[in-house]
Amino acid sequence: MSTGAATAKKQKLSVPFDYNKYIRKNKLPHIWCPGCGHGIVLKSLLRAIDKSGLTKDQICMVSGIGCSSRTPGYVDFNTMHTLHGRALSYATGVKLAKPELKIIVTTGDGDALAIGGNHFIHTCRRNIDMTILVYSNAIYGMTGGQFSPTTPQGSMSTTSRYGNIEPSFDCCELAKAAGATFVARGTAYHTQELERTLIEAVRHKGTAVVEILDSCPIYFGRQNKYKSASQMMEQIEKDGTIPAAQAEKLPPEEVKGKLLRGILHRVERPEYCEQYLKLVEKALGKGNE
Amino acid sequence: MAARKAKKLMQGNESCFEGAIYAGCRFYAGYPITPSTEIAEGLSRRLPQIGGKFIQMEDEIASIAAVVGASLAGLKSMTATSGPGFSLKQEGLGYACMAEVPCVIVNVMRGGPSTGYPTGPSQSDVMQAKWGTHGDHPVVALTPAYVQEIFSETVRAFNIAEKYRTPVIILYDEIVGHMREPIIIPEPGELEVIDREKPTCPPEDYLPYDRRLEVPPLAAFGEGYRFHVTGLNHKDDGFPTNDSKTIEEGVKRLIRKIDNNRESIWKNDGYYLDDAEVVVFAYGSTARSARRSVRMAREKGIKAGLFRPLTIWPFPDKALKEAVKKARGVIVPEMNLGQIVLEVERNCPGMAVTGIHRVDGEPINPKQILDAIEKYR
Amino acid sequence: MEDRYELRFSGSGGQGMILAGIIMAEAASIFDTKIAAQSQSYGPESRGGASKAEVIISNEPIDYPKATAIDCMLALTQEACTKYHSDIKKGGILLVDSDEVKDVPQGDFKVYRFPITETARAALGKTIVANILALGMITGLTGIVTASAMEEAVLSRVPKAFQDMNRKALQIGFEKARELVARS
Repeated sequence: MSTGAATAKKQKLSVPFDYNKYIRKNKLPHIWCPGCGHGIVLKSLLRAIDKSGLTKDQICMVSGIGCSSRTPGYVDFNTMHTLHGRALSYATGVKLAKPELKIIVTTGDGDALAIGGNHFIHTCRRNIDMTILVYSNAIYGMTGGQFSPTTPQGSMSTTSRYGNIEPSFDCCELAKAAGATFVARGTAYHTQELERTLIEAVRHKGTAVVEILDSCPIYFGRQNKYKSASQMMEQIEKDGTIPAAQAEKLPPEEVKGKLLRGILHRVERPEYCEQYLKLVEKALGKGNE
Repeated sequence: MAARKAKKLMQGNESCFEGAIYAGCRFYAGYPITPSTEIAEGLSRRLPQIGGKFIQMEDEIASIAAVVGASLAGLKSMTATSGPGFSLKQEGLGYACMAEVPCVIVNVMRGGPSTGYPTGPSQSDVMQAKWGTHGDHPVVALTPAYVQEIFSETVRAFNIAEKYRTPVIILYDEIVGHMREPIIIPEPGELEVIDREKPTCPPEDYLPYDRRLEVPPLAAFGEGYRFHVTGLNHKDDGFPTNDSKTIEEGVKRLIRKIDNNRESIWKNDGYYLDDAEVVVFAYGSTARSARRSVRMAREKGIKAGLFRPLTIWPFPDKALKEAVKKARGVIVPEMNLGQIVLEVERNCPGMAVTGIHRVDGEPINPKQILDAIEKYR
Repeated sequence: MEDRYELRFSGSGGQGMILAGIIMAEAASIFDTKIAAQSQSYGPESRGGASKAEVIISNEPIDYPKATAIDCMLALTQEACTKYHSDIKKGGILLVDSDEVKDVPQGDFKVYRFPITETARAALGKTIVANILALGMITGLTGIVTASAMEEAVLSRVPKAFQDMNRKALQIGFEKARELVARS
């Protein structure tokens, strides 16, 4: 390798990604707390979108209620901030009405899996084309730190003062069981890996669910004795996870207690809007009664 | 052409979905519930035939949400439900009010509270239609009483929704929804069909909630106007705000856009009102009963008249006040324990207002109303 | 002058009473030149229980769509007969299935008894056309719609494969009505 080529490569790598292309700059500053991972996730998502070749007009971003659901307000797409838990239902309406739009849903663990749990499983079942990012920080942040369906058993929260007695959901297993055709997990800590995962998720035709482990140092961290945001990220997102491909090669005892990262499930199945178009052909074949 | 014009015996619910199609409805999302299900069943067959979209959602909440999503993507959209389902849709209805998204919600009323009497007629959602969702919000609700009228009122509901960027509720009872009458489907162009105004300005100048306008134009997603929609109080550009002046002005504009246009939204029907000494105020199937009572009363020489609102919200206060000018009393029959009668009382101060109420799943028959009218002999 | 005629079709859920009402309304308003309104009342279950359909026929727009003074009522079951007969007006007609309705209500109206369901089964092998046979009888007994309008209405509602059977059911109904009238 010549020195010139090496320098060129280095320069190419060092060209900073221009997030301004996608950010509604006049809507900043965002509402997220210091140490929150949502901004990191958003940057991975924007880089992934940039590589998808989609124009800004082709993308519709929909969210529910919660911290992660504020994401659409900051990005220059067709954007919709809806009701708590119902993002997927609004998104289904948009998608079926205009299948040419790429739908990206940003939602949280409470929004998607508690109040919106019914919509979550049925969206996966239909396999309607949309990319669903579940920002999973195991807490209701916007309302001040109550336990959510992904809060680990035993954890403290403002509504589990003696430790959470409820078992938690595995978002990815739930999505897979419900019929999602693309299921992956990433973290805010592994930004490059998350970007690669999101590129695949956005490219996928069908319901793609990506659970993103993300830390809430203010409301989860403080109540559960984490010293800092970075310590939380290292402990939960880095040490608490392992790439699925790597896990396969390790003895079970080394994987135990860790959540798998990467693409966990990917299958082909007819997509809902395409099925609907076939139904229309059938109806037209029967004539206009 | 002659064949198209032909009379057809049609059910109320069938007339509703045919009216929706005539009005340009191309998206339906719903969840099965008696006694409105025929609307979903009919549209699952009819919409694909004209390239429209039909989806049965997992619940009532998802249905209203999908309808609002589809409307923002540019399609005229509707859902249909009944009492319990209408309760579930209330938060979504409020979102449509706040985000100013045109859509139509049909509520074929049934007995309640709770699961109540699913196949029995009722008119007990009149106040729920007005006040069911939280916060101050504009409501338009139409109350057709005849099968032919359900067709034209459904068209009118879409027109109002599109013109004023607001959800419109069609309220009728099980009797009207399930009964069959001969109707004539109007030719295309025979009834006015209004489409929402779209922006023509450059995208960077677009203000989807421009307070300077009564009803700002509404772009569709994916057409170059990358705007933002939220249920939070928002600025003219659609983005959330904490500014108290902006919040107040925004909410007031929502109310004002309907309030200022009441004259064009109101629609009433009158029967022997000119010299009426006793006025029956009735809507839906009860108004048909009342019409018979008035006719019977006139045969007996009693000066009775019928005031029948087709727009029940906003309440037709002006026309009612006019109609009762010569009256000594007002009779309000309704299949509930007293809802719209309160509004009539409020608007007819000093006048004797008598409610006739029934919640046994049976209609209020003409004899019952006639008995009340006869007290004015 | 208003010329309001009220019919009530009653039986148990699944006996096709609502369809009978629809066909009567179509015969009157689509194939004859009158105006009709058809309504029904039924329980939450689609089978069993007393079920009724009502048809108002008039020469002018119909206000109240429910029956209050019945000109003609059909009862295919005892339960329906007992539950719904009270609104039959003076001089009205009650047609009952004589195998089913043993306790025939007494009143100021004319009662016709006929084994409607059994005749449908014996003559056509199907009890499902009992409602059509009954429509033929009611057409004959009341003359409220023309026989040709009734036939057109029936045929427009049934699939081609069953048209013959339904036409026959209707014809039997017309004949039996003539016999009943002649006998009484």
